[in-house]
Amino acid sequence: MSLQLPTYPQPDERGRFGRFGGRYVPETLIPALDELQAAYTAARNDPAFLNELDRLLKEFVGRPSGLYLAQRLTEHAGGAKIYLKREDQNYTGAHKINNCLAQALLARRMGKQRVIAETGAGQHGVASATAAALLGLECIVYMGAEDIRRQALNVFRMKLLGAEVREVTSGTSTLKDATNEAIRDWVTNVRDTFYILGSVVGPHPYPAMVRDFQSIIGEEVKVQHQALEGRAVPDAIVACVGGGSNAIGIFAPFAYLPEDQRPLMIGTEAAGEGVESGRHAASVAGGRIGVLHGAMMYLLNDDEGQIVPPHSISAGLDYPGIGPEHCLYAETGVAQYVPVTDAQALDALQLLTRLEGIIPALESAHAIHAAVNVARTMRPDQTVVVNLSGRGDKDVAEVMRLLDLGREQDGIPAAPRTPEVHA
Amino acid sequence: MTATLTPTTPGAARIHAAFARANAEGRAAFIPFMTAGYPTAQGFPEVADALLTQADLLEVGIPYSDPLGDGPTIQRASEQALGGGTSTRHTLALVKELRARHDTPIVIMTYVNPIYAVGPREFMRLAQEAGVDGLILPDLPPDQDLEIANLAAEHGMAVTFLIAPTSTPARVKLVAEACTGFLYAVSVTGVTGTREGSALNEVPAMLALARQHAKVPVAVGFGVKDAETAAQVAQVADGVVVGSAFINAVKAGQDVAALAASIRAGCTQN
Repeated sequence: MSLQLPTYPQPDERGRFGRFGGRYVPETLIPALDELQAAYTAARNDPAFLNELDRLLKEFVGRPSGLYLAQRLTEHAGGAKIYLKREDQNYTGAHKINNCLAQALLARRMGKQRVIAETGAGQHGVASATAAALLGLECIVYMGAEDIRRQALNVFRMKLLGAEVREVTSGTSTLKDATNEAIRDWVTNVRDTFYILGSVVGPHPYPAMVRDFQSIIGEEVKVQHQALEGRAVPDAIVACVGGGSNAIGIFAPFAYLPEDQRPLMIGTEAAGEGVESGRHAASVAGGRIGVLHGAMMYLLNDDEGQIVPPHSISAGLDYPGIGPEHCLYAETGVAQYVPVTDAQALDALQLLTRLEGIIPALESAHAIHAAVNVARTMRPDQTVVVNLSGRGDKDVAEVMRLLDLGREQDGIPAAPRTPEVHA
Repeated sequence: MTATLTPTTPGAARIHAAFARANAEGRAAFIPFMTAGYPTAQGFPEVADALLTQADLLEVGIPYSDPLGDGPTIQRASEQALGGGTSTRHTLALVKELRARHDTPIVIMTYVNPIYAVGPREFMRLAQEAGVDGLILPDLPPDQDLEIANLAAEHGMAVTFLIAPTSTPARVKLVAEACTGFLYAVSVTGVTGTREGSALNEVPAMLALARQHAKVPVAVGFGVKDAETAAQVAQVADGVVVGSAFINAVKAGQDVAALAASIRAGCTQN
């Protein structure tokens, strides 16, 4: 057996990461969550399951993804070496496929022929539809009307893959409402349906299971960093956080090391127009503890408990909460969570594109911004690993609009302004 | 009806008494539901008064932005009520006004986040002050947070948890034993207001199991919409909860009191 899923000391038996997490869901779902937990526990110890997952991750997804020294970005920052963990190299373009394939395999193993998923930017929807097509499962994806408009290409990809995309018009017509709708579908069809949840949120065991499936990112970093630098643990790790699955995937393998061996870990939250503006998706910096989608976490909600709609330039970070394990890391100082604004992310996207020839997803651009800033404060013999969670294809049209390109009278797009990444 | 009741709080006692009165009349207790602040903050008391002419207990929902146990009818009512400025504290103020005019027990249906946001202790204090008799918590399985139930009891209120057709015998036992007001059995796997036809097949077996453990009355809800479905439920349950049908009636401008009278009449046990 070549693949093993890691074991971590969190959550506890009740699905709690400290005071976060849990199972705040209608009773109808509790038996399904128990069933899922049992099936997952059996699968993670079953060589047949692990071998098939391992084979698909290698042959279908293209793992391991590269750990790439970004030389020009490093020179630009003028400090520590900046490495990019290239999850954008994965088939379907982001880290999402790691988890979707694993959950779809689990669904098939449990005899569930129908899978449902929620999606914001469409990356998780595309990955779910892809996994369902591969394994011959019926797939329904819930997506907010607003996101359907913003991500037309991904909607078409899902349909081409044979998935049914259901438009959600309740609430704010975005990811949180698509998630509500997916949970309602699951409550209704729980006996024959598997819910492929896309991030480290939701009721136990999802935050733990999705983390385990995404931990391959950090586990590969250990091996690759050892080969490149002669030591397994980088000095700093940076990743963007919406719900937080790519970040947990790269953090968790390092988070439970003794304190003096842990790298500096930085999660970047989408600060939108600035935390003080109220138009952001920064749940740690600008939220308070609450319950959404089955888990207790830092959450954007008002003083009467109503969820405050989040805002981010990046549909994938546009979520009002943050996974419960991240909440524990934030509370205990295992990782730091810093806000990065829309404008900073847009600048960082252009910076990476110009310096390295890599167009990152807007989500990942948030992490690039913070990585440059932190690298600048470090020594040249130190290393920063940034999780480049996804590629920017899906965002190109939106970025073009934002940069005011294509409005030139002669029809030739103007060059974007030269970005500055501020310390 | 369960033989011996040992109410632990004044709220529980009032709830049990309401069930006992209805059952003594050969009826299942009729428990209409309405979202606070629907259709408007001003219009809600009139609707509630109409329901209270017939109700054995009234269930008032705190409008919530993300009600994942509810179907589209109650969700839209919540959005409309929130848009009109009604949420947690205002709901409790509305209940306080109702309690000034009515003796009927009132239970609050709320997702847990509004409780945590206001602060569990402060929420319970406000609810007690408003005269709330009990809480129904659709996204709080009893093993998640015992503090809420204990605080409710400390403040004189009862707590209702839910069972579903998917509940295992062990879960039914756990939930039934945790309820101090009444036990709420969800008739179907699904959200509120969505049951088609009269698919009550799973209810009798679920209730038989629940009654082995519950020390409180057992009510059934989800998808009960008229006298006919109420009559079916009343054959096996101590109480019948009806929600979405009243929201639809308000929306359509129908006579809520007349619909309530008709459903109450359907709640006959024979």
